[in-house]
Amino acid sequence: MRTDIADKCRFEIRTPEPAKLQIFLRGDLVLDTAPICLKKIRENLRKKLPGLEKTVIDISGIQHLDDYGAMVLSEIRNLTGLSPERTEITGANEDHRKILGMTDFDRNSLCPLSPPPAPNLVIVAGETAINAYNGFLYFISFIGAITVSIARTIRHPRSIRGGDIVTHMKTTGVDALPVVGLISLMLGLIIAFISSMQLKLYGANIYVANLVALAMVSELGPIMTGIIVAGRSGSAYAAEISTMKISEEIDALVVMGFDPNQFLVLPRLIAALVVVPMLAMFSNIFAIAGGAIIGVSMLNLPLDSYISQSMEAITLFELLWGLSKAGVFAVLIAITGCLRGFQAKGGASSVGNAATSAVVTSIFLIVFFDSMFAVIRIYWGG
Amino acid sequence: MEPAECLRVENMMVRYGHSLVLDDISFKVKRGERFIIMGGSGSGKSTLLRHMIGLESPESGKVIIENTDMTVTDEETFMNLLKKIGVLFQNSALIGSMTVGENVALPIVEHLRLERHLTPVIVRMKLAMVGLECYEQYLPSEISGGMKKRAGLARALALNPEILFLDEPSAGLDPVTAGEIDELILHINRTLGTTIVIVTHDLDSIFAVGQRVILLDKSTKNIIAHGDPAEIRDRHENPEVRKFFKRKSVSGNTR
Repeated sequence: MRTDIADKCRFEIRTPEPAKLQIFLRGDLVLDTAPICLKKIRENLRKKLPGLEKTVIDISGIQHLDDYGAMVLSEIRNLTGLSPERTEITGANEDHRKILGMTDFDRNSLCPLSPPPAPNLVIVAGETAINAYNGFLYFISFIGAITVSIARTIRHPRSIRGGDIVTHMKTTGVDALPVVGLISLMLGLIIAFISSMQLKLYGANIYVANLVALAMVSELGPIMTGIIVAGRSGSAYAAEISTMKISEEIDALVVMGFDPNQFLVLPRLIAALVVVPMLAMFSNIFAIAGGAIIGVSMLNLPLDSYISQSMEAITLFELLWGLSKAGVFAVLIAITGCLRGFQAKGGASSVGNAATSAVVTSIFLIVFFDSMFAVIRIYWGG
Repeated sequence: MEPAECLRVENMMVRYGHSLVLDDISFKVKRGERFIIMGGSGSGKSTLLRHMIGLESPESGKVIIENTDMTVTDEETFMNLLKKIGVLFQNSALIGSMTVGENVALPIVEHLRLERHLTPVIVRMKLAMVGLECYEQYLPSEISGGMKKRAGLARALALNPEILFLDEPSAGLDPVTAGEIDELILHINRTLGTTIVIVTHDLDSIFAVGQRVILLDKSTKNIIAHGDPAEIRDRHENPEVRKFFKRKSVSGNTR
């Protein structure tokens, strides 16, 4: 096969005068033959190059020429190192000329490929700063626009689409329940198991119940729920809205007189605000159940005393504190997801970027706000 | 001498769920021909195209490209067959995260063992062929619809395919740009000898480019007219068919 291809394209190199090079090409100079033909010509050409002043490439013997053939001719011209005027293509028939004309063969150097500009540190730093600043401004205006939408919705409650809220409550809340439940159950198991190993040493087995209940209700329940919802729904919000953005659906909404924030953001925001605290509550319950499994099976605690010990450990304030944190996380997730969606522009990859960035930003904000809550509590004296 | 046949569809039947879309379609395309598949919305012309380029397999029937049945062949032959066809999709389908030049280089780098520094040379030539000199570095989102079609065409032509399939090449373009794309298709057909198969309902393109046309019908799920476009318009025995070609061509001028 290889020799067949090589046979289809033949060439002869002559040097009638020391400074003049003649290359006669015959056969087919097309996609299949071009690479191997060029390789051979290059090998033969190498020793004849010094002192060259003119090259003549004769293509009268070529039966088939395509753009890959034109590429070979152009490459030969480059190999000789002569300016294009000193390279002459002779013997081109009508078909050859069409191909050479079509591929802009003679004007190939008109449009030099500019290498991508080298990154300048100052410019990059400046651009990053400006982008960060603009992003911040956009964030502020987005919050403002949502506030306006909320105010409008309060004045005209019928203008919000109730059906959308229910749909989002289902996808954000109900559909997330299995995964939240399973993860929380296992988290409860783990906390109980680890703490029991320490508390056993002091014979304080029953306090496993306090540890699991307190840790979950005030910290881990809301945080775990927030992270799961950010991964499940925050990314979905960003992906859906950014797809709508790049396919001009949001522009269509604006033109039809809808407020995109009211149409897209508020249903998600309200749905998340309702269901995330509920999920956090379920998370608490499942984790305490997980702790109870360890307590009953490994520490031989009676189930009723485990439960009553748990109930004693949690105050109502503690529970509400945790659930209100979950509500704050819900707002963070919904707003970040929608914001990243609206910021998307370009093609398919921007949808992916929006989803990634929504999850990363939400998780960061969840942890950040959680630590703010901790600081507030210290000063509150709780 | 009659040119050899290049593509043959034999008794193709396609069903989506319970609804029959194409019923026993057969036709041949000759080498170097400009062949048009037309029909109203819902007549199954895009479905037919998707089956001809191997994206879907028909319930029964054959698609024979270069004497190989595309519907039953093994993986390797199928991949080799894919190198012989180029497709321009309706929305150009350029990869959005890559520049125009990278899009065109994609099949070349993947399928040809070309020295690294030659790829930009051939990419520029391909872009020059479609009139997009100096646009290598642009992203698809930065160029107009007509330019995207041209870039898509350059990518479809990257491996010098035997057959070029075009799905609604003039869709979404203004009349002038659509006319330029038609010119370009004619030019490619004449210089490279590429067989052209176009799926369209744009009558201006049909009369400008088409040598032979088949008309698919929604109710019979089959071909109801076949031949030279002007001849069908003027002399087909079925008045409905004549109307299809005429009425739209009159109102089609204003688009």
